[in-house]
Amino acid sequence: MSTVLQTFGLLKRFGGLVATNDVSLTVERGARQALIGPNGAGKTTLINLLTGVIAPTSGRIELEGEDITSLPVHARARRGLVRTFQINQLFPEMTPSQALAVAIAEREGLGSRFLRALGRRGEVMDECGALLEQCNLTDVMDRTTSVLPYGKQRLLEIALALAAKPRVLLLDEPVAGVPDGERREILGTVAALPDDVTILLIEHDMDLVFSFATRISVLVNGGVFAEGNNAEIARDPRVKAVYLGEEMAGSAYA
Amino acid sequence: MKHDPSSAVAGDTSAIRAIGARWSRLKPAEIAFWAIALGSAFFLPSGFLLLNELTILALFAVSLDLILGYAGIVSLGHAAFFGLGAYVAALAAKHWGIDPVLGLGLAAGATALLGLISSVLVMRGTDLTRLMVTLGVALILYEVANKLDWLTGGADGMTGVTMNPIFGIFEFDLYGRTAYIYSLSVLTILFFIARYVVKSPFGWSLQVIRQNPLRAAAMGVAVNRRRAAIYTMSGAYAGVAGALLAQTTGFASLDVLDFHRSADVLLMLVIGGAGYLYGGIIGAIVFKVMQDWLSGITPQYWQFWIGMLLVVIVLVGHDRLIRPWTWFRRSTGSKS
Repeated sequence: MSTVLQTFGLLKRFGGLVATNDVSLTVERGARQALIGPNGAGKTTLINLLTGVIAPTSGRIELEGEDITSLPVHARARRGLVRTFQINQLFPEMTPSQALAVAIAEREGLGSRFLRALGRRGEVMDECGALLEQCNLTDVMDRTTSVLPYGKQRLLEIALALAAKPRVLLLDEPVAGVPDGERREILGTVAALPDDVTILLIEHDMDLVFSFATRISVLVNGGVFAEGNNAEIARDPRVKAVYLGEEMAGSAYA
Repeated sequence: MKHDPSSAVAGDTSAIRAIGARWSRLKPAEIAFWAIALGSAFFLPSGFLLLNELTILALFAVSLDLILGYAGIVSLGHAAFFGLGAYVAALAAKHWGIDPVLGLGLAAGATALLGLISSVLVMRGTDLTRLMVTLGVALILYEVANKLDWLTGGADGMTGVTMNPIFGIFEFDLYGRTAYIYSLSVLTILFFIARYVVKSPFGWSLQVIRQNPLRAAAMGVAVNRRRAAIYTMSGAYAGVAGALLAQTTGFASLDVLDFHRSADVLLMLVIGGAGYLYGGIIGAIVFKVMQDWLSGITPQYWQFWIGMLLVVIVLVGHDRLIRPWTWFRRSTGSKS
């Protein structure tokens, strides 16, 4: 297996607060890796660093051997490093078919073309139709995004990322806020992705993490605290302590 | 759109292609609109001077719609382009006596350049900073034109601009018929180019930038480059509008760079509705007709009614304003 995404001593300081502390993370091609950690461990900061929303104080990020540390967000997305958002980031006035057609055209590098209408580009629309089908959005493809049920919006959130044909997909709590009944639909879509798509899942829900991932990195206080396969992490007494500690603290406040 | 997902066969693309085709289809109302507009040039007996001015304002408003309605860039200084275009066209006619159409091209080139340069100013910051920066650029141009009175005539305006016949054939007449047909032709051509552009992948990428720039960038959209591109195009459109005014009136003065130009065009777009191109034209018609009609009745207070209309539009919304039967219905359980 080859390494597809790697960070070297990634550090991010917000004033006096160290949000990400010397993180050296390695993700293998085709991995189903999870990034877990208690609240405030720096998971979201790490995602923002990886995707270029914020710049690291020091350290380096490599995508397939190429240094992408100084690339802007859109250039990283064009290289196949794609994310979903914990809080939906959609286009409220557009329909799912419009949003996905734009995303597909953008991936194909057609975004600066103005010589043929988007909706009349057969190859874009056909792929759009297939993607709607794949993500169970066909029944709502022509309705305005802002009026869609939350579960469908969540699917669209993932579909928009898939439209970019990611090589590395960063899923930031994909089922956050989704009722139990609709989770299966979303997880099924994610599980059906081709094997060569590398997935890094950021998640709170332990059941989901252990059923989905084959490798788990535990983030605590901004640094990588433990790393290993599911069994190793499940056995690790230190990880247990971190989570148990948090849970006990949580119940004390409840 | 009826579509039963259970009956959808994988690989059946007719449904999605039909949806896509609808996004750019010319609607019957649009055809009727242009038939009336173009017909008026040949069948109306008079009123061409007003119609000409209206057409120019419509083009100006369409140019603002490109950045505001599509890319979401607010501007309080769009007169900078309008005014520069007017002066370029007037100067070109006065000193070189070139063909009006060539003058339009020059004005478009100069204003596109201004748009490209000043686009870096509207990339960053918030809507408020954009309002201030665009306002500032227009103010600077106003004062520059004021100072360069040897070139622009300063506060007195530039006189002695005589226009050559268009293509050497069509003479501008006193009643403004040629002027109106000229302006209307330019508006029609530029409008359909704009319509073409906003339906293209580039045009759609502007819409995703307006609705969610964070997500747009995460999809791979080069947000700032697209904003610069449409700002440049919009500048050229506004420049052509200004050039048309200078050419058809044979006059250019500081008024073309005045703040009221920027404010009026924004009002027109708000009245007509942004984001579908026709709003600029409809807004220009409503604004100009109200101005003309109301200032005949109450010369001093016509702005009161424009202001009143604006308040009503903001409170009621376009959708309900054009559907009077919904005015007194209580909105029950509607989602905001």
